[in-house]
Amino acid sequence: MSTNTHAAHAHDHHHDDSHAHSTFSGYMLGFVLSVVLTAIPFWLVMSGALPSKQITALVIMAFAVVQIVVHMIYFLHMNAKSENGWTMMALIFTIVMVVIGLSGSLWVMNHLNSNMMPIHQMSGMK
Amino acid sequence: MTVAVNPTQTGEPLFYLADEHPHPEGYSTSLGFWIYLMSDCLIFAMLFAAFGVLGANYAAGPAPKDLFDLDLVAVNTSMLLLSSITYGFAMLTMQQNKIGQTQMWLAITGLFGAAFIGIELTEFAHMIHEGATPQRSAFLSAFFTLVGTHGLHVTCGLIWLVTLMVQVGKFGLIEANRRRLMCLSMFWHFLDVVWIGVFTFVYLLGVLR
Repeated sequence: MSTNTHAAHAHDHHHDDSHAHSTFSGYMLGFVLSVVLTAIPFWLVMSGALPSKQITALVIMAFAVVQIVVHMIYFLHMNAKSENGWTMMALIFTIVMVVIGLSGSLWVMNHLNSNMMPIHQMSGMK
Repeated sequence: MTVAVNPTQTGEPLFYLADEHPHPEGYSTSLGFWIYLMSDCLIFAMLFAAFGVLGANYAAGPAPKDLFDLDLVAVNTSMLLLSSITYGFAMLTMQQNKIGQTQMWLAITGLFGAAFIGIELTEFAHMIHEGATPQRSAFLSAFFTLVGTHGLHVTCGLIWLVTLMVQVGKFGLIEANRRRLMCLSMFWHFLDVVWIGVFTFVYLLGVLR
């Protein structure tokens, strides 16, 4: 009997997860947040409102990260439950790979760059 | 899980499922498509890494400041963002089984997508006309590869969108078409996510530099 209910439960899961439960208010909230999170970085860069370029760069990168999360939740309907958590596992794996790939490339190539004297001097002459 | 014992054999039990229990058609499509999107995400990550490494190597050529028109990029970004919300409306009307409205929202999404591609191609043509070709410097090679790959994805998405509109027109909102529209929805929103990275790291940070 217990195997029966287990099998029925497993089947249930496959079925209703293939359709995301999207709502009008969810999409609108995601859209409004995206517009705000897009407009502010553009305004910051175009008007130069912040005193230093470094701070502006950090702020707009933070806005990008927040907007990506907003898109993931409201447009791509990511949650820990869909497909029994496998979409989330795939996403986490991808994020780990992306972070290793990006930070590793930038780190290694930056060191390579600063250790190559001739190129360094040339860029100084520009 | 039941372990099937095949009685015709010599009495040795089989330690695997003799036959797979049936699955409804396409039940694993959304997970499979999500894994495709994640692999696509890795492609874009590597193109971003290449741009990050080479983005400052101008070879005494034009820099982002000389090339990029942020007003145009802002318009382009809004086109893609608007196409995302209109695709969302298409999904909502699809859930309510309204074929006509679904087709209308898909068409509007396609128009915004086409506007995005049009503006991007205008920008590329303008840059190439000014001599900022992909061959000019490592920065421009990385720029055209990254932004061009994104544009190519959007173009494929547009072709897919038109194909699905024909499908829906011919067969209606059948289960298979709903599944396909779901996949295109994920693809379309995913491209918008990639564009967030592009306008932030390529355009805004480029102009700041």
